[in-house]
Amino acid sequence: AVMLGGRAAFATPTEELIAEFTGGAEITGEGLSLTAPEIAENGNTVPVEVEAPGAEAIMLLATGNPNPDVGVFHFGPLAGAQMASTRIRLAGTQEVVAIAKMSDGSFARAAQEVKVTIGGCGG
Amino acid sequence: MAENVTPRVRVPKEATAGEVITIKTLISHPMESGQRKDKEGNLIPRSIINHFTCSFNGETVIEVAMEPAISTNPYFEFQAKVPESGTFTFTWIDDDGSTYEETKEIAVA
Repeated sequence: AVMLGGRAAFATPTEELIAEFTGGAEITGEGLSLTAPEIAENGNTVPVEVEAPGAEAIMLLATGNPNPDVGVFHFGPLAGAQMASTRIRLAGTQEVVAIAKMSDGSFARAAQEVKVTIGGCGG
Repeated sequence: MAENVTPRVRVPKEATAGEVITIKTLISHPMESGQRKDKEGNLIPRSIINHFTCSFNGETVIEVAMEPAISTNPYFEFQAKVPESGTFTFTWIDDDGSTYEETKEIAVA
C-alpha cells in the first residue's frame, strides 16, 4: 500500500490508540514479550502477561474487540520488574498486541494471535 | 453501583532488604462492559473499575489504567522491590466514584 502521510484518515481504532500512546513515533525497539494462549476456550477470561525490562509503560490492545483498548500498565520506582499479568476479554479470535514505552524513549511491539472458542463480549 | 466489592491481596509477610517479591491481587467486581444487552434488548450501562494502584511507603510500584476488556473480578500479578519494612497500599477506583483500599504490612529482617 502507498502511504501518503494521511495516516489518521485511514487508521483503524487500534492504530489510532497506538499513535496516541507513541505520539506517532516509529516502533523500532525490542525487548517486549507478550504471553497469551494460542487457543482460549473462554473469551471471558484469557490470561495475558507482558514483560519489558526497562519499560516505563506497556499498553495492551485486543485488536478484534469492539473497543481495542484493554489497559495501560505504568511502572513506578519500586516495580521489581517491568512485568504484569492479568485476565482479559476477547470477543473472538484475534491478535492481541502490546506496545512498550522504554525509558530511553523508544517503543517496542509484540503480538500474539489467540483463537477464541467462545467469545467474551455480548451475551 | 457494584455490590460486595471485596479486594484480596497476596503479599509475603517477610522479605530481605532489596528483595523482589511477587504480589497477586484480585477484586470481586462484575466489570459491566457496556457492550451487553438485557432481556429487553437495552444496553446495560458500563460500570467498571477503571484504575488500580499499588504503592509502598508512598512510592509507586505499579499503576494500571483499566478498560472494559479487563475480565470480571480483575486480577493482577506483578513484582515489587522491598527496600525496607513498611506498608503496601492497594487502591481501586470505580466508575461510580467509589474507591476500594487494602493494605499489607511487610517486615524486612
